[in-house]
Amino acid sequence: MSVDSVFVHKMWNDHELSKMVKGGIPFPMLSDGGGKVGSIFGVYLEDAGVEARGRFIIDPDGIIQGFEVLTPPVGRNVMESIRQIQAFQHVRKTKGAEATPSGWKPGKPTLKPGPDLVGKVWEVWKTKMAFDD
Amino acid sequence: MAEEIKAGCARPTGGPVGEKPKTQKESSQQPLIQEVKSMVTVGKKAPDFTAPAYHKGKFINVQLSEYLGKWVVLCFYPGDFTFV
Repeated sequence: MSVDSVFVHKMWNDHELSKMVKGGIPFPMLSDGGGKVGSIFGVYLEDAGVEARGRFIIDPDGIIQGFEVLTPPVGRNVMESIRQIQAFQHVRKTKGAEATPSGWKPGKPTLKPGPDLVGKVWEVWKTKMAFDD
Repeated sequence: MAEEIKAGCARPTGGPVGEKPKTQKESSQQPLIQEVKSMVTVGKKAPDFTAPAYHKGKFINVQLSEYLGKWVVLCFYPGDFTFV
C-alpha cells in the first residue's frame, strides 16, 4: 500500500516489477491516496506526504501480532517477516502453550512457560541457539 | 471476495471503516484526518479499512476484514518507482 493511485500501481507492475517477479505482483497493490489508512496505522509521514516502510502481521482473528516500521532508505528483510509469521503460527497452533525464544525457526526447540521453567531457562536454552542457523 | 471496480476518470479512494467518531459532516474528508489518531497496538484488533487496489490486471476494492480467517501481511512503502 502506498499513496500512489491504482493506475500508477498498474504501470509500475506492468513496466518494471513484472520484469523482476515472474507473472507480476501476485497480491493486491493497495492505494491510499491522502494517507488516510497510513495515518491510522501510524506510518504516514505528513511532511513528505508518503508512507514509511511499515509492515504489519495480522492473524486470522484480525489481531495485530507484530509490526516493524523503517524510514524510506532501508529495505526490509522478507525472511525475517516469514520467520516471525512461522513463529506466531506455531504459538497459535499450541494455543499459547509454547513460546519461541530468540532466533527461533521451525525445527528448533521451543519453551513451555510454567512454574517449573522459572529460573531454569539457562538449562534448556543456550544463548548460542539464538545465532544458530 | 473483492469486488471489481470500473476504471473511471475519478481517482478511487478508500479509508477507515467504522468505529470513527463522526463529529462533523462527512462531505469533506480532509479535516477528519487530523482527528484520526494512530490506534495500532500489538495484541489489539487491526483497524478495518477499504482501499482500491490493482490485482492481476484488474482494479478491485479490498477490505481488510474480508481476510479474517487468514494471515495477512500489510506492507506500506513510500512510493511506486522509488528504488528500494
